Amino acid sequence: MDTTATSTKGIAQPKVGLGGGTRKVGPNGGSRGNGHSGPGKDGFERDSLSKYRLGMWIALAGIAMMFTALTSAYIVRASTSNDWRPLAIPRLLWLSTTLILLSSFTFEIARRTLRSGNTNAYQRWLLLTVLLGLGFLATQLLAWRQLAAQGIYLASNPHNSFFYVLTGAHGLHLLGGILGLDYLLLRSWRNRVEESGAAKRQAIVNAVALYWHFMFGLWIYLFLLLFLWR
Amino acid sequence: MADANVVNEGHEAVHRHEPPKSFIRKYIFSLDHKVIGVQYLTLALVAVFVGMILSVLMRLSLTWPDMTWPIIGAIKPDSYLSLLTIHGTMMVFFVLTTAPQGGFGNYFLPIQIGADDMAFPTLNMLSFWVTLVGFIVLVASFFVPEGAPIGGWTAYPPLSAIPSAGPGQGTGMNLWILSIAIFCVGSLLGALNFITTLLNMRARGMSLMRMPLTCWAWFTTAVLALLAFPVLLAAGVLLYLDRNAGTSFFVPAGLYVKDIIQPHAGGSPILWQHLFWFFGHPEVYIAILPGMGATSHILATFARKPVFGYRAMVFAIFAIGLLGFFVWGHHMFISGMSPYSAMAFSILTLSIGVPSAVKTFNWLGTLWGAKIRFTTPMLFAIGFVSLFVAGGITGLVLGQTSLDLPMHDTYFVLGHFHLVMGVAAIFGMFAGIYFWFPKMFGRMMSERLGRIHFWITFTGVYSIFIPMHIMGIVGMPRRYSRFAENGQQIYGFLESLHPLVLFVTVAAIVTFFTQFLFLFNLLWSLFKGKKVGANPWEATTLEWDIPSPPPHDNFAGIPPVVYRGPYEYSVPGAPNDYIMQSTPDPADEAGVRAQEGNGGNGHDGHKH
Repeated sequence: MDTTATSTKGIAQPKVGLGGGTRKVGPNGGSRGNGHSGPGKDGFERDSLSKYRLGMWIALAGIAMMFTALTSAYIVRASTSNDWRPLAIPRLLWLSTTLILLSSFTFEIARRTLRSGNTNAYQRWLLLTVLLGLGFLATQLLAWRQLAAQGIYLASNPHNSFFYVLTGAHGLHLLGGILGLDYLLLRSWRNRVEESGAAKRQAIVNAVALYWHFMFGLWIYLFLLLFLWR
Repeated sequence: MADANVVNEGHEAVHRHEPPKSFIRKYIFSLDHKVIGVQYLTLALVAVFVGMILSVLMRLSLTWPDMTWPIIGAIKPDSYLSLLTIHGTMMVFFVLTTAPQGGFGNYFLPIQIGADDMAFPTLNMLSFWVTLVGFIVLVASFFVPEGAPIGGWTAYPPLSAIPSAGPGQGTGMNLWILSIAIFCVGSLLGALNFITTLLNMRARGMSLMRMPLTCWAWFTTAVLALLAFPVLLAAGVLLYLDRNAGTSFFVPAGLYVKDIIQPHAGGSPILWQHLFWFFGHPEVYIAILPGMGATSHILATFARKPVFGYRAMVFAIFAIGLLGFFVWGHHMFISGMSPYSAMAFSILTLSIGVPSAVKTFNWLGTLWGAKIRFTTPMLFAIGFVSLFVAGGITGLVLGQTSLDLPMHDTYFVLGHFHLVMGVAAIFGMFAGIYFWFPKMFGRMMSERLGRIHFWITFTGVYSIFIPMHIMGIVGMPRRYSRFAENGQQIYGFLESLHPLVLFVTVAAIVTFFTQFLFLFNLLWSLFKGKKVGANPWEATTLEWDIPSPPPHDNFAGIPPVVYRGPYEYSVPGAPNDYIMQSTPDPADEAGVRAQEGNGGNGHDGHKH
């Protein structure tokens, strides 16, 4: 994001920092903190489509902050008392990790095929991504049920509590991602994208892709946290 | 977030500049940031009156503990604790967070940067309705069996984590957590929207350093909200599980409640405090920063001078926001933390005094030698500066470990934070409403009533909160509903304070009733106020360029162009003593033309 204003092209003026042009010393000792040059270019050359990507980055910052809070709680709780009994890695988690990794790849392929204009292939890869995402969630639920069958519940042990909380929070966010994918898919099937909408569709797909890859990265992070920090 | 775009998409396709026709679309489920801003303000107005009534009830109960009142009956100690819990929660979340940011920010940020709406209008609408649901859930906690929770707005475990720990700690506390979680989601949606809008939708020429200071304040506030609320949300989820799923995040082992041993073990109540205050301290700045922005804006307008040290003001806002994330430990000096951590927190806390002093200095610099126009908004803005200094000074006292230890949880703390984050922020809102009312509704508020409102409120709040400092130094603990039993003082050393307690209560009641004057002024002016043109205050920023009230898409489809900074007052040689941001600078005409020739389609940054 280019936030600094540059001086106008027409007239040669020395540039001063963020102010966007020369500064005349005002009657109050130059404390106006602004330039007197013409409009800087930072306001109007941005296309409005970048708002999707920007908005997504900001949303991800919020989500990352929530998992940071849970992480700090995890680390503090692990050392608070001697009742911390880490869970062994449930086997199914390897499967779910593979599924979410694949889904990240398939979505990336979908995104790129859309960019090259192949809508049919885009729809197929998108559908595959949705299925892989659902597969991931199903595997996570299955892992929960297996653990419950072994008598490992939410309240059994602090590590178990965190396992359920972290996987649950991640699962909910992933479910949101799947809804986003469904939306893209429905739009594409309805096939109501005019020429002018193509750029916008690509922008939204890019933003959703960002979210989806973040969910993959987040899962890897949680996996490492849960089973390496013990 | 993609699902939010679903709806968004549909409306943009319809055509964004066409105002909605039906009443529901126009005033209830509106996508217009101005309507949403007014909705936020209305919500905050309802919440502030509820919160104020609760505080008056608390004062009545403190002063005449055994009295049976008409309608409400006797106020039992438990009810007192419910009152203070909901008063705090209501005021902090649904007033101090809602009105300055959600209300004024929503209404004026897009206009001041020259945008036709927020970046994601549907998300904006959603954030208001989510917040409203949070409010309703909170109020509902009064009406469940056993009533509202008694754990204070900070909800410290184990009291908040054990449903049997007291009346209201069952269903009431669950509703409290739910309400706060919902509120967090609403605030996050809002923050996301604010940041994107500010970064992405500024008009041509509106470089960052040409933005009004209000925009900088709303922006910084949004960043703080974005990073702080997720932490509260996470902590709330863990607390909810401790209460309802038997986990032990916050509940220690061997805890007896009413002689019954609790099944939890190994949790840490201090962990909650860390998570809560990591949110809680930035929350203080979420409440006060928009007030600082409005104050700077209004001081410059009525001093008819540029803001003294604009750049320093911007950096001070950032510095306060940044430092706000590293000082949460000063709320926990008595939690048994290591003296070394306490010292680090203490030094960081005191260092916030530096940007705060920069701001105060610059406010005074703005006023220095000015021909001040003492309008009502100006009075409230000056009142803000006064209250901010008066409340901030005692922050330097409480920020030091050695002084905080005896003062902790006394009325001194109560006086401190009510002045600096409570009343100062409220004064910022009053200044904002008197200042922007003509823009929002096209009519002036009564200046005469406004002045009376200001002087009584200003004297009133000082009369309420300055004595509290004295009570605190004497040692009066906060959150106690009774200091005497059967007419017998339990704490002999507090006996001498009784006249002061009575005085504060009387001041609180007078101040409370004065607010109805404000309410009357507001409603009366809505219909009977003097009609005004586009720029009654002779101000310079973009909102004063457009009709009052602004049309549906703010700028009638013609994106404004900005040629200069926000505070061009008393410009030598200018025809009116001020120059609007949108007034072309003759020296720049050549530059603009050259750029238009070059850039081509530069104009429609956000049009469809």
